[in-house]
Amino acid sequence: MRNWQARLAVLALFMPLMVQADSRLLATGGASSIEGQAGGGIAPWAVISGYGDVGEWGGALALGRVSVDDFQLDVQSVSVGLENTLEFSVSRQDLEVAPLGLNIRQDVFGAKARLAGDLIYGALPQLTAGLQYKRNRDMGVPLALGAARDSGTDLYLAAGKLWLNGVLGRNVFANGTLRWTAAHQTGLLGFDEQRELVAEGSVGVFLNRHWVIGAEYRQKPDQLQSVTEDDWADMFVGWFPNKRFAAVLAWTELGDIAGLASQSGWYLSLQLSQ
Amino acid sequence: MPRFLYLWLWLTLLVTGCTGQPERGDSLYAQLGGEAGVDRIVAGLLWEIAEDAETRALFVDTDIKRFRDKLAEQLCAVTDGPCVYTGDSMRETHRHLQVTSAQFNRLVSSLIRVMEQEQIAVGAQNALLQRLAAMHGDIVAE
Ligand code: HEM
Repeated sequence: MRNWQARLAVLALFMPLMVQADSRLLATGGASSIEGQAGGGIAPWAVISGYGDVGEWGGALALGRVSVDDFQLDVQSVSVGLENTLEFSVSRQDLEVAPLGLNIRQDVFGAKARLAGDLIYGALPQLTAGLQYKRNRDMGVPLALGAARDSGTDLYLAAGKLWLNGVLGRNVFANGTLRWTAAHQTGLLGFDEQRELVAEGSVGVFLNRHWVIGAEYRQKPDQLQSVTEDDWADMFVGWFPNKRFAAVLAWTELGDIAGLASQSGWYLSLQLSQ
Repeated sequence: MPRFLYLWLWLTLLVTGCTGQPERGDSLYAQLGGEAGVDRIVAGLLWEIAEDAETRALFVDTDIKRFRDKLAEQLCAVTDGPCVYTGDSMRETHRHLQVTSAQFNRLVSSLIRVMEQEQIAVGAQNALLQRLAAMHGDIVAE
């Protein structure tokens, strides 16, 4: 578990210099994605989790559920944002495969570093590099479908921008992420030897400070011979009543998963944040 | 791209279109309530500053009367009202204060709270925030 030690060392190093505070503006910490990092539902964003600004730290706890025709995915995650610059996260995914009566679990360890720019101020969008180290714990089905490995690391670059008064007096948010991944179905069906480059995009319009509606698209690799993997999409409503709590409800279309055709259904995420 | 995304896009445009009609023709200044409205916003902001220990600390040596007048004048000028800003430049005024990103965001949060209390329309709030956000580079110390 050297991962943990490194993470704790970084935390121990930075904590004394920072105060737990929430100076950043409402909703700028995003929601918690299914991979545990600050983002939308299916894509990580360039934003840092929680509401900590420079000199502060924050973070989020989240529960998520995706319920589609033949699958249910449950996610628990915790993330810490430091200095509005670094983010570390851990999440546990539990996929129930209803037709087979079995579960596939996966752990995702995430890290993010903001490289340049700012979500709101200045011309440059906020640019962030991130990684997700994933370890699949139930490789029975993935091996049967031809997956080569039980773990893998996704690397990505994300750019995010919020335009105040962007369209018709409303604030508009957009994020694009370029991901280099070897994962089949985000790793829940194991990993390939080779990575592939895929793109993800999210847009949202804030009706007011508390309500945002938007859509996301996530391109997926399709590297397993035995089954097809489709791109994902969702449309969401996010509610940020205050900086402590957020809820996201989405309708999601995930296409073919592990040989089961056109999976669609609901996504709900509840987040506590600081 | 799935068809439902197009549908969603239309719905989004429709909803924002319906809820987001700015009062056409009115200047932003008028949408904020003109002179009286801006005065109320500045007064509200002063209360917010007084209540926030971190922000308040920066104002200990400030001539509040002047600050109040200059800020009202500047908000008027920046929202296309009938004023000319006669105060010091944003860079000169704030550089020595070493304003942090957190302090800037806290003041923006305060301003939003005040505008909500004053029941300023969301579109007008965002338009003012957009114009003030453009000053971020001059105000926050790098
Ligand atoms: C867009 C945001 C801001 C605007 C439009 C603004 C505007 C102004 C104006 C018009 C003045 C008076 C200048 C003069 O006396 O000639 C002023 C002074 C001042 N501002 Fe700001 N300001 C902003 C952000 C901030 C922030 C974030 C802080 C710190 C929390 C801050 C702290 C001060 C202080 C302490 C003074 C008084 C300086 C003195 O006493 O000499 N301002 N500001």
